[in-house]
Amino acid sequence: MHITQGTFSFLPDLTRAQVAAQVQYCLEQGWAVSVEHTDDPHPRNTYWEMWGPPMFDLRDAAGVMGEIDACRAAFPGEYVRVNAFDSTRGWETVRLSFIVQRPEKEEGFRLTRQEGAGRMQRYGFSYRAADTAR
Amino acid sequence: MLNASVSATTAALPATQAEGGLDLGALFSRSEVPKILEELERDLVGLKPVKRRIREIAAHLVVGRAREELGLTSGAPTLHMAFTGNPGTGKTTVALRMAQILHGLGYVRRGHLVSVTRDDLVGQYIGHTAPKTKEILKKAMGGVLFIDEAYYLYRPENERDYGQEAIEILLQVMENQRDDLVVILAGYKDRMDRFFSSNPGFRSRIAHHIDFPDYEDDELVAIARSMAEEADYTFSPEAEAALAHYVALRRSQPNFANARSIRNAFDRMRLRQSLRLFEAPGPVDRAALSTITEQDVRASRVFAGGIDAPPRAADDNR
Repeated sequence: MHITQGTFSFLPDLTRAQVAAQVQYCLEQGWAVSVEHTDDPHPRNTYWEMWGPPMFDLRDAAGVMGEIDACRAAFPGEYVRVNAFDSTRGWETVRLSFIVQRPEKEEGFRLTRQEGAGRMQRYGFSYRAADTAR
Repeated sequence: MLNASVSATTAALPATQAEGGLDLGALFSRSEVPKILEELERDLVGLKPVKRRIREIAAHLVVGRAREELGLTSGAPTLHMAFTGNPGTGKTTVALRMAQILHGLGYVRRGHLVSVTRDDLVGQYIGHTAPKTKEILKKAMGGVLFIDEAYYLYRPENERDYGQEAIEILLQVMENQRDDLVVILAGYKDRMDRFFSSNPGFRSRIAHHIDFPDYEDDELVAIARSMAEEADYTFSPEAEAALAHYVALRRSQPNFANARSIRNAFDRMRLRQSLRLFEAPGPVDRAALSTITEQDVRASRVFAGGIDAPPRAADDNR
């Protein structure tokens, strides 16, 4: 199942040159770019593992691309995304976030059931690969 | 010099002319480089060998671009440089210009200069150095990394010094990411020579060693004049004569730092001029506000034998 989270997620995966161009755009806007990875892309899992601190005061995408490559090499089977944080007053939030790596086979989600009070059923879902890892 | 070499090269390539020849002059003037070189010539006093070397590098880069366009192999040239020279001889200023030149020729993508010293690269405890160095390198990507007093990176007296770690990371990036950034090392000549002899990896990765000569006395006076002009001041003719005398005396005194000493001296002259105007009775006009007179120059302690001499009474001339 193709995970659709963040910008560009309905498009085919971006090539390295396209990622570099997007990162360069972020840097030109003065946003701080950071790299994150996770093995659990559940939509409620907002906080992925950080790959190093956010990068401030960069001028060229080459520096970020180096970190993205290092993160992908270290976690080849995980999701990797790039966040761009805008610190200007009034925004103070992530302005752009997109996935730059997916595992080769995306496992998708499974339905989970939970017995509640009075035999009530609660439903949820969890990422399959994350399940098997535990 | 550049124009001569350019036309000579075009004349020597009649064969390529037939299959769509390239006008090197046009290629050159299309970039911003001639403008920057012209500014370099105009704004920087003296430094003949440095300017000559920069023109050589610029010409080489233009020819490299031309070769690329005609399908000849050129390969990314090694552009890392070492600037050696005494303090105040314009190494940082030239490095900034170099960033613009390389940007104009398309060899660095952004053309900014990141100026660092040992403190910015080397950490204080184990495991601190690598992230620190890498962060600086990331900031410098697409531009020029200027390492001032680079010999402090290597401290032979302490074999556990973290500087070595920074050097290794630097060398790796200088080798593998030559298209992404240009490194310029700067420092005093003798100490840089010692640094290079104990780090042969650096010497072989640096293509251009440029030596900055000391300024002549008349060049220093010209520098003072242009500093004054920039700040909307003028020297009276007597003041300029006193200034020439000042430069000659200052040179033999300790801690002489070429143009930087002149900048400091000029700042103190402005202070003295302000105080003189402030204490003088009556209104001041435009000319009085912008003129530095002989007495502003002569009040300097340099004329009394330098900072080691006992200060003259009631004379604020530090």
